[in-house]
Amino acid sequence: MRAVFLFLAMVLSLAIGTASVAQDGPLRIEITDGVIEPLPFAVPAFQAESAQAGQLAADISRVVAADLTGTGLFREISSDAFISNVSNFASPVQYADWKAINAQALITGAVNADGQGNINVKFRVYDVFSGAELGNGLQFAGTADGWRRMAHKVADEVYSRITGEGAYFDSRVVYVSETGPKNDRKKRLAIMDYDGANVQYLTDSSAIVLAPRFSPDGNRVLYTSYETGFPRIYVLDVNNVGRRAIDLPSGTMSFAPRFAPDGQTAVFSLTTGGNTDLYTVNLASGNLSRLTSAPSIETAPSYSPDGSRIVFESDRSGNQQLYVMPATGGDATRISFGAGRYGTPVWSPRGDLVAFTKQNKGRFHIGVMRLDGSEERLLTASFLDEGPTWSPNGRVIMFTRETQGAAGAPSLYSVDISGRNLKPLRTEGGASDPSWSPLQR
Amino acid sequence: MNRLKIAVLIGAAFALGACTNAGRFDDADGFGADGAGAGFDVGSAQDPNSPAYFAQTIGDRVLFAVDQSSISSEAQSVLAGQASWLNNNPEFTAVIEGHADEQGTREYNLALGARRANAVQEYLVSQGVAGTRLRTVTFGKERPLEICSEESCYAKNRRAVTILTAGGTS
Repeated sequence: MRAVFLFLAMVLSLAIGTASVAQDGPLRIEITDGVIEPLPFAVPAFQAESAQAGQLAADISRVVAADLTGTGLFREISSDAFISNVSNFASPVQYADWKAINAQALITGAVNADGQGNINVKFRVYDVFSGAELGNGLQFAGTADGWRRMAHKVADEVYSRITGEGAYFDSRVVYVSETGPKNDRKKRLAIMDYDGANVQYLTDSSAIVLAPRFSPDGNRVLYTSYETGFPRIYVLDVNNVGRRAIDLPSGTMSFAPRFAPDGQTAVFSLTTGGNTDLYTVNLASGNLSRLTSAPSIETAPSYSPDGSRIVFESDRSGNQQLYVMPATGGDATRISFGAGRYGTPVWSPRGDLVAFTKQNKGRFHIGVMRLDGSEERLLTASFLDEGPTWSPNGRVIMFTRETQGAAGAPSLYSVDISGRNLKPLRTEGGASDPSWSPLQR
Repeated sequence: MNRLKIAVLIGAAFALGACTNAGRFDDADGFGADGAGAGFDVGSAQDPNSPAYFAQTIGDRVLFAVDQSSISSEAQSVLAGQASWLNNNPEFTAVIEGHADEQGTREYNLALGARRANAVQEYLVSQGVAGTRLRTVTFGKERPLEICSEESCYAKNRRAVTILTAGGTS
């Protein structure tokens, strides 16, 4: 269904020595900089190279522009301002015309459709002020149905070339879709593209479902469901929507599951006799292993990218704080020491930061800190923000924001780890508990 | 586990008078409908051995302080009444639901609700109710009874509700 087969092919190789342009020329965004003035770019509508490609060519260039603009790092120059246009993908670029309207980056492209459902998208990125192409032309092949993915692939490549960072546009988000009043919420698992397009529902709303989490390959999801009347963890295949309960001792409750980087192990909370501890289970063998044994609450575990450690929350000190321990259990080190309470830690894909929910003086915040607890930075503040998830490149965090009062409802927001570019992600109805997939392949 | 699907919720129809809603467990808090499909008759609140008496006269729920799962002295007297009723009506079993208010993260509230349900279970067992007749479930902050975002509502949402179920012990 979504298994769009993609391949990369180099198109021509006229550009020589562009690597140095990328590093030394003006067309470069250092994301780590303080305040960023968005980089102006132009995307003339991609050329349709066959009759069937007309609408797709226009649509694909719009999605590329939306991806780049949505980062807050780029600003699109309206086509109304264009002096020259691009009538042929192969024609030389009139740099002076683009320089005149201050387009620092120019992205041109062309789309070919064979009428059988297959399309080809090729594109080039130009560093206008250096008067040279940035990197080589590239082309992607795929299906017409998967045209949005191809647009995201183009935008990912443009983003990477200009920022020198990994990208995140060709990715998905699994989340909980919510409808109905606050005291009778109907919840369903749903999956969508990172930008909110292509929503599909993975479960019905007959039972409460909570906190889905992607497997490292993005093909499976761990989540909690009340199908049996009790909270219990399940694994679901995203492609065929088949699901199964993880076999656990009867009379227990389980929740807060998350995959290990090996994709075979899940760490989660298991409650027995009112006490919640952390366990791992091998999803193939069902082997259960206990990581913590304390009368306190241990929950919300998340692995380090190398799988060697787990960050989690515990109220062993008297209230919720963050701890790190070896992935096999053992001594845990407390890492959060600021005012208030800390929960829902999530290790960044780069390994250098932990995103968390902080509750202090009646307000909720999404924040990040280093693994030793230093450099804590709060990115948001509201009545109720919680449950951060990382973009595949570790630059953006998506989370749940719930509004206050009887009509309160949840929605998804994203914010840069710099604290900039806070914005809602529009979904149909309420949405909570996002989990961001890795980049698709 | 399936017996929960037929679990009947003897709600406090008049006690709190909040929502009415459908769903597997939700009725515990709202109870507008009847007990039909219940597998047993809720009876009259005047009959000390009726489920209606349990829910309405004794009280099917106890409340908790913020972040706490300890049983207050007020809650103790309610639970003593529940235990005595359960001891007099051995054909009933019960599921104890633990809930939290919305002021907390989702996972923590699930664990907190489990603590509250367990505290009620332990108290009932201390009063002579066989542990095998009781089961606990946490709903965290997923099923608030009151929906305002103020302490007046939060106080009612930090609760554990004892729901009578028909039939044997699992």
